[in-house]
Amino acid sequence: MSTLEIKDLHVSIDTEQGTKEILKGVSLTIRTGETHAIMGPNGSGKSTLASTIAGHPRYNVTGGTITLDGEDVLAMSVDERARAGVFLAMQYPVEVPGVTMTNFLRTAKTAIDGEAPKLRTWTKDVKDAMQQLRIDADFAQRNVNEGFSGGEKKRVEILQLELFKPKFAVLDETDSGLDVDALKVVSEGVNRAHATGNMGTLLITHYTRILRYIKPDFVHVFVNGQVVEEGGPELADRLEEEGYDRYVAGTGSATAAAAAQA
Amino acid sequence: MTAEITTEKARIGAPSIAGFTEEGEGLVSAKVDHSHNHGLTVMSSRAERLTSFDVADFALPTGREEEWRFTPVRGLANLFSDAATDGDAAAFTVEAPEGYVRGSLAQGAAPRGTVLTPADRAAVVASANTAEALHVVIPADAEPAEPVRILVDGAGAGRRSNAHFVLEAGANSRSVVIVEHTGAADHNGNLEVIVGDGAHLTVISVQLWEDDARHLGQHDAQVGKDAVYKHIAVSLGGSVVRLNSNVRFSGEGAEAELLGLYFADAGQHLEHRSFVDHNVANCKSNVLYKGALQGKNAHTVWVGDVLIQKQALGTDSYEKNQNLVLTDGCRADSVPNLEIETGLIEGAGHASSTGRFDDEHLFYLMARGIPEDVARRLVVRGFLNEILQQIKVPALEERLTEEVERELAANEN
Repeated sequence: MSTLEIKDLHVSIDTEQGTKEILKGVSLTIRTGETHAIMGPNGSGKSTLASTIAGHPRYNVTGGTITLDGEDVLAMSVDERARAGVFLAMQYPVEVPGVTMTNFLRTAKTAIDGEAPKLRTWTKDVKDAMQQLRIDADFAQRNVNEGFSGGEKKRVEILQLELFKPKFAVLDETDSGLDVDALKVVSEGVNRAHATGNMGTLLITHYTRILRYIKPDFVHVFVNGQVVEEGGPELADRLEEEGYDRYVAGTGSATAAAAAQA
Repeated sequence: MTAEITTEKARIGAPSIAGFTEEGEGLVSAKVDHSHNHGLTVMSSRAERLTSFDVADFALPTGREEEWRFTPVRGLANLFSDAATDGDAAAFTVEAPEGYVRGSLAQGAAPRGTVLTPADRAAVVASANTAEALHVVIPADAEPAEPVRILVDGAGAGRRSNAHFVLEAGANSRSVVIVEHTGAADHNGNLEVIVGDGAHLTVISVQLWEDDARHLGQHDAQVGKDAVYKHIAVSLGGSVVRLNSNVRFSGEGAEAELLGLYFADAGQHLEHRSFVDHNVANCKSNVLYKGALQGKNAHTVWVGDVLIQKQALGTDSYEKNQNLVLTDGCRADSVPNLEIETGLIEGAGHASSTGRFDDEHLFYLMARGIPEDVARRLVVRGFLNEILQQIKVPALEERLTEEVERELAANEN
């Protein structure tokens, strides 16, 4: 059982107009076996939270803590975080020139486990995982994400999730740009990884669509860099009907203040 | 400072508007695949470029000439001067089975001069100042177990060295010839290659010069009927290296592959030019140059010319250049030129891409647990491997892989 704990996190970025605070005191605790959905309108800071957990250099943490079983995640470099068990499925996976998927997957697996995977079982694991995610076998010989469609890139992110077996998976809008079939395939992958019982999941999404396939235990509504409401899966259903309007318009700030104090 | 990247569009020897040429030069008769015509400037045919054995025919380059416009010519006066080799400027060693070295060839003594006619100032002064050219012949049907090696070891920076080698691969022979450059010198080196009918010859020109060496070279090959010629240029060292690898055919069914790998560090200028002259029908060519750049003012140039002459029916040709920019402050020039005088061909393609390994790539790999130094090595090794694995001489491949790693390590420190 592991715990990823985010406490009163403040994050800013440097813009041409100066420093801009994006996260304004976020607290969340995720334990192994739990699925948390973070939902919110565009620009609310959801993706900033995801990237900050992974350690993207663009985001400056100005206050608060992130710990993994008590270890200071913010003190770790990006690769150390991954080796500690944090995985970020990226919203926009980049194309990496010159590196084949096969080579990349093996190198990453070796780095994460601290030893090279057994070649025979590894090759089979990769093949099986690719098959389950309906990724063509020839992708193994292609360069990482190079020329992949949006949906293919997302599937390849989940492929890594299944192969690297992290303690915590942060899925940053993995559902965006997916058609229904791809969404199902990707969700099944996440559910398989979750079913091992060794993973906690932080699912970041704008839409409730993916929650039909991946059932959250907790739903957090994110507005303007803060969690404004928290609840169980029923909160997602309510969002589906009502949208985010009641948080962003008028009463939003009052709710936010109340939630921040709660 | 960001990386400066120029990718010029291919110039195809056909005006975009029939009958009109921008520079008012003669009409180029050409049938081209118009989807391939980027609507660009028209230049005179590559075939019309001056070649001569007379030094006086080549003025000192100013940098304004088409073929010198990317080169830092101002610093190369010593290499352009019509000067003899400085006594012991470079040591030449040949490792080859007995009987392969046939002594030397004077100017005008065939086969010297039958394939290579100097095409620029550096080549003509090298030719004029090499009284006796090394002559190596791989006998017909021979399949030497070990590569033939020609070692050029420069004795010191600024020392002027001229060389001209004549290499003949006899009919149906199978061989690899490595020309290796180490040490430092101001070296002008010509290589003249005759590939006999049915022969398979791989020439690997390795530039492992010290930092202060400068090297200008012209490598010309003529490939016989059903023969297979592969030229691989690997340039890692030297302050200025400029290698022209040219090929034409003397019989049908021949194949030529011109490959290159380069890795430019801060201040280094590595330039490669290739010219495939499809002067005979039913031949194949493939050109692939890949380069990595890192450090301030690292500059690489690739200019790839392919000319498919009217009579070269059934030609199949492709050329590609890819560059990987690792840091800010680099410049990669990449210019494919495709000139097609007949539509009756199998294929003629070109591609050029210059990509950047940037913080987002690094973040992606590191977010998968891969440490920064491993991530960089992974990318560069993966990228250059396509050329390295074509070397097929294990000891050399290993050594060059290590040299590439050393280049990378130098950047990390």
